[in-house]
Amino acid sequence: MISGIFQFEFLQNAFLTGIIIGALAPLLGVFVVVRRMSLIADALSHVTLAGIALSLLLEKRFMALAGLNPLYLGMAFSVAGSLFIERLRNVYRHYQELAIPIILSGGIGLSVIFISLAEGFNTDLYGYLFGSVSAVSRTDLWVVVAVFLIVVLTVILLYKELFLLSFDEEHARASGIPSKWIHFIFIIMVAMVISVSMRIVGILLVSALMTLPVAASLRFANGFKQTIFFSILFGEISVIAGLFLSYYLDLAPGGTIVIIAVGLLVTAILIGKRKKTKWGEGK
Amino acid sequence: MEDTRKKPIIEVKDISYKYAEDHVLEHVSLNVPEGAFLALVGPNGSGKSTLLKLILGLLKLQSGKIKLFGEDIRMFKDWDQIGFVSQKANSFNTGFPASVFEVVQSGLTKKIGLFAFPKKKHREKVLDALKSVGMLGFQDRNIGELSGGQQQRVFIARALVSEPKLLILDEPTVGVDSRHVHEFYQLLGELNKKSGITLILVTHDVGTVTDKVSHVACLNKSLHFHGDAEEYHSLDEKELSTMYGTSVQLISHNH
Ligand SMILES: Nc1ncnc2c1ncn2[C@@H]1O[C@H](COP(=O)(O)OP(=O)(O)O)[C@@H](O)[C@H]1O
Ligand SMILES: [Mg+2]
Repeated sequence: MISGIFQFEFLQNAFLTGIIIGALAPLLGVFVVVRRMSLIADALSHVTLAGIALSLLLEKRFMALAGLNPLYLGMAFSVAGSLFIERLRNVYRHYQELAIPIILSGGIGLSVIFISLAEGFNTDLYGYLFGSVSAVSRTDLWVVVAVFLIVVLTVILLYKELFLLSFDEEHARASGIPSKWIHFIFIIMVAMVISVSMRIVGILLVSALMTLPVAASLRFANGFKQTIFFSILFGEISVIAGLFLSYYLDLAPGGTIVIIAVGLLVTAILIGKRKKTKWGEGK
Repeated sequence: MEDTRKKPIIEVKDISYKYAEDHVLEHVSLNVPEGAFLALVGPNGSGKSTLLKLILGLLKLQSGKIKLFGEDIRMFKDWDQIGFVSQKANSFNTGFPASVFEVVQSGLTKKIGLFAFPKKKHREKVLDALKSVGMLGFQDRNIGELSGGQQQRVFIARALVSEPKLLILDEPTVGVDSRHVHEFYQLLGELNKKSGITLILVTHDVGTVTDKVSHVACLNKSLHFHGDAEEYHSLDEKELSTMYGTSVQLISHNH
């Protein structure tokens, strides 16, 4: 029965894509969480939705664009949104979190407009909102592979700098590393990972795949590398188990994956080692 | 006033700074000779951290000049010559999932260089730095599991690991158990005397450090006194109060 699931190409695509984002989302998620940027991931996913809605609209209006993969515009919007957030964070230095509702509501507003212009909801859009196993194409898979290679290589090469920037931004700047550039590269990677992850887990749940495995990992891990390791492990368990269950039980994959991640997190909270100082206690 | 045989490591010339309308620093000039242990004292909000941030290049100079190791700060590149321990006890995220080793090794980021990886000699340096602050054996613990005083030692190790010639500490004892404060100043004294590291220590415990330091500077928007520790001791309380515009007694108790 297990082999039955792989005889269709679309399922192969979905599983391979799932395995890749199961590592990719928590990998960047660790940096996102420790830098207290979880909500930024959420805001960016909604901007991605606007890009996808626009792409679907264009597809409907202009036959010439029928072959355009919505992932491209989604990613473009996400990257643009991330740069916009950075601008806003500089404009509102003392209210940096204001950038999030501005971008989030802007993203939703645009999405709703594009959707209404396209005269309604279609199944494609549903797949982007909640994730889909059947809709993952070969092109999608190749885009995900490309993003995976870029992000993993960048994280390995800039690991020290990303760590320093996450742990102590002021020290990073004082030490003379190009921290502005590192941050810029980081936020673009986040935008890319969000847009490729949403194919499987859906827009509304992308940030969950970036944060829940990390939250569970924080209960166990000693040191930063271990935190990354456990986050990826929990991410993979959630994605793989979630895809199997959603296929056999005919559930939306995004929801299934995220609920498994929540289950892992609850288990981690219940049995995870109690630290003298707990996460979130920082002043 | 200063020992002229030793070249100044820091030359601050007539700097003023404002965040908004009002000046936080006004016409501050200050030289720190090599090998000095300077205590920078002053009440809360007197501009001490601002002055340090200007020296560290974290804030942009508005007027005046700063030279580091004889070079204009705008040209200065050797930032790993300068170690910095900030007011971390207040702002540090105690839940950060990093081991002591990882934290100290992050002090070598600039030295190792972009796109390069830590090697065995770097790992040895990390252990040496931990040893020098008496924290060897803690390298695998998560930073959040340590006490405030231990964390502060780890941050000093992080600043020392790149073997800086100058170490700048901004109120490092805030949040440190008072029993360990004395021990901590002892450690700073040794770093200064034995390893020859030039130190700038911001504190408002005027009393507790003056016997360890070689120079004292009193800042309150402008510099009210800058000289060696003996001259500082010879000032009487009345003179000190006029410098601060408030009672010294009050200062050493108000945090
Ligand atoms: N980022 C900032 N923006 C605006 N004002 C600031 C900022 N940092 C410090 N200040 C103000 O500048 C003055 C000096 O602050 P600071 O240099 O931190 O003093 P100290 O370290 O001596 O306590 C204070 O009045 C403080 O409120
Ligand atoms: Mg200060």
